[in-house]
Amino acid sequence: MALPQRAVGEGQVAAPELKNLARPVSLARERTLPVLPALADLLPEGGLRRGSTVAVSGDAPRASRSEAEARPGATSLALALLAGPSQAGSWCAAVGLPSLGVVAAAEVGVALERFPLVARPGDEWPAVVATLVDAVDVVLVCLPRHVRNGDARRLVAKARDRGAVLITAGGSSALQADVRLSVASSSWDGLGRGHGRLQARRIDVVASGRGAAARERQVSLWLPSANGGVEAIDHANARSLVS
Amino acid sequence: MRTLVLWCPDWPVTAAGFSPDEPVAIMFANRVVACSAAARRGGVQRGLRRRQAEARCPGLQLVAHDPTGDARAFEPVVAAVEAFCPRLEIVRPGVCAVGTRGPSRYFGGDEALTARVTEAVAHVGGQAGIADGSFAAELAARAGRVIPPGETPTFLATFSVGVLERPELADLLTRLGIRTLGAFAALPAASVLARFGADGLVAHRLASGEDEHPLSARIPPPELDVTAELDPPAERVETAVFAARGLAHQLCDELSARGLALSCLRVEAETEHGETLVRRWRLEGATPLALAERVRWQLDGWLSNPHGPTAGLTLLRLVPEEVLPDEGRQLGFWGGDRALDDHAARALLHVQGLLGPDAVTTAVPIGGRGPAEQVQLVPWGDARAPTTCILGVDSRTYAGYPAQERSGGPWPGRVPAPSPAAVHVNPIRAEVVDANNQPVTVSGRGAASGEPAKISIDGGRWTGISAWAGPWPVDERWWDPQAHRRRARWQVVTADGTAHLLAVEGGRWSVEATYD
Repeated sequence: MALPQRAVGEGQVAAPELKNLARPVSLARERTLPVLPALADLLPEGGLRRGSTVAVSGDAPRASRSEAEARPGATSLALALLAGPSQAGSWCAAVGLPSLGVVAAAEVGVALERFPLVARPGDEWPAVVATLVDAVDVVLVCLPRHVRNGDARRLVAKARDRGAVLITAGGSSALQADVRLSVASSSWDGLGRGHGRLQARRIDVVASGRGAAARERQVSLWLPSANGGVEAIDHANARSLVS
Repeated sequence: MRTLVLWCPDWPVTAAGFSPDEPVAIMFANRVVACSAAARRGGVQRGLRRRQAEARCPGLQLVAHDPTGDARAFEPVVAAVEAFCPRLEIVRPGVCAVGTRGPSRYFGGDEALTARVTEAVAHVGGQAGIADGSFAAELAARAGRVIPPGETPTFLATFSVGVLERPELADLLTRLGIRTLGAFAALPAASVLARFGADGLVAHRLASGEDEHPLSARIPPPELDVTAELDPPAERVETAVFAARGLAHQLCDELSARGLALSCLRVEAETEHGETLVRRWRLEGATPLALAERVRWQLDGWLSNPHGPTAGLTLLRLVPEEVLPDEGRQLGFWGGDRALDDHAARALLHVQGLLGPDAVTTAVPIGGRGPAEQVQLVPWGDARAPTTCILGVDSRTYAGYPAQERSGGPWPGRVPAPSPAAVHVNPIRAEVVDANNQPVTVSGRGAASGEPAKISIDGGRWTGISAWAGPWPVDERWWDPQAHRRRARWQVVTADGTAHLLAVEGGRWSVEATYD
């Protein structure tokens, strides 16, 4: 009876306080969107927390700009992040990625009928992303090279307010992301010198970030794995696919 | 209400430009949806599979169903009848209805009116019939008869319950021993409502020869009209349809806020030069998409007509002619969240408003060999059905397989999965040399001149190639000089671990896609 007593004692309840009292209790499960099981270890809450921002890049963390060579795998990793919510029935959208491989998205598990694409938003991109953040659960966006700090801040705030997840792949790093996923190494299996075909790729992903994500985590994945999905590699019995 | 219905037999066949004497079947999703008289004589029926139809009628021509084309071809027919019968309603392409009270008196009776209408549409073999209510009138039109006032129930009594176009109800009634409309109409209405629900009651009204529109149908108050003024004037159908889509959303929102459902829509369009086209469309279960589709049909037909408008469209207005109380629809218990879908659809419409209708796309898987050929991007809001021709065959002569079947079909030489995550819109120029710095070429027989050792992408620095496979030669559409492409694909992994899909065509190398 502590809360009402205090409220009665003061004679009236301030409006924001009343709003907090009336807010329904939400469970952790409702606040996060599910991801594919192999990716759960990368994220502090085992899923994409609603309202958070995730930056996916090919650069190794803390690598100096001169030696930083963007490693491949960022786009696939971003698509794999979308696959979990998409399979669970959420809408996802991609903005500013004209060369996105839609077939690869479908192979990793993104439902194409709930995956609208805005390939070339042009100068209107902040308005486009803001509109989509309003309506869909996950927005994958490739930022232009130069982003005004105000725009970036507004988008992050809007995503937090609307409970959507903003995933950035490539482009500017002006956005203050909650979780940063970077590809530390990537190597292909299955292709020889003049024979075979690309079958599976082993990538090491390093997750860092702020708050709950501050502790650095590293996960090794088959992305894509030999059967098209995403699989975690158990370090104890890690083995090459083609021995 | 006394109604005249004009019915054009096998309209999809006529609209596709075939005469009834040619054996033709219109296919959709591997099923016959309509066939010509000659094909029917050969034993073809609606609902048959392609193979069954071909087995029954050798020499049968198969044509894919094209609803927009049907509507476009119907426009001149409507215009011919509308010249002397105002307030015409299009029920669906091939069938339209008009109230006879005025025209009948003016032309001297039902028979005279029927003769006049039949004469106006003789070139497409249309038939007209008059009865009480448009359901009975359509049956009368098929029989080419004029049913005198008050005799409609007698006329209907002998028809089978199958003509109600409610397969589940008809099946149940047949099993209950009620085989004709007469027997069904003889049941007390209250018992029918108790046993078969609201839809059953509507069917009962139809079978009894009463007006199918419940008495609650009414003309809505005028403030529900929605209007868009197009400035600059819309020259293309797409621009106008896009505006119509916004209007349709607005109209549906307003109606649902008032608890109403649309049953008849009037679409008015006006051009810069003051030409107007007004059409009435009968609808059931109107969604914004269905409304926008009607507008597209109407404008397509008008603009492709040689006597069509001479300037761009400046005004578009959607007027609800008739509304009913909305009985509501039950949202799926386990299904997707419809509210969420609507929300997303509205946001995408907003983005289309910012960037133009083609800027928001959705991908549809189709058949193909290369990563770029396996999907088609369709503007958001259009039907998610591929429209390109398959295998170089014109899609109109190709039987209507659903997209999934086509994309799953055998595509020998297809680039194997996993697919690349970055497919370059414009392939990036590249150069590939062997260990002796000689450019690698692929001969006409698909043999490589050497092993690729180094690659330079877009004039960049040379990088070693650590693994490769190829060449995989592809010779596509050799029967079509314009679309013919001959190339060889390679998969390579460079020293920095990046995998690319390369193509060499006419001696030039390019990066088609990157396994990012």
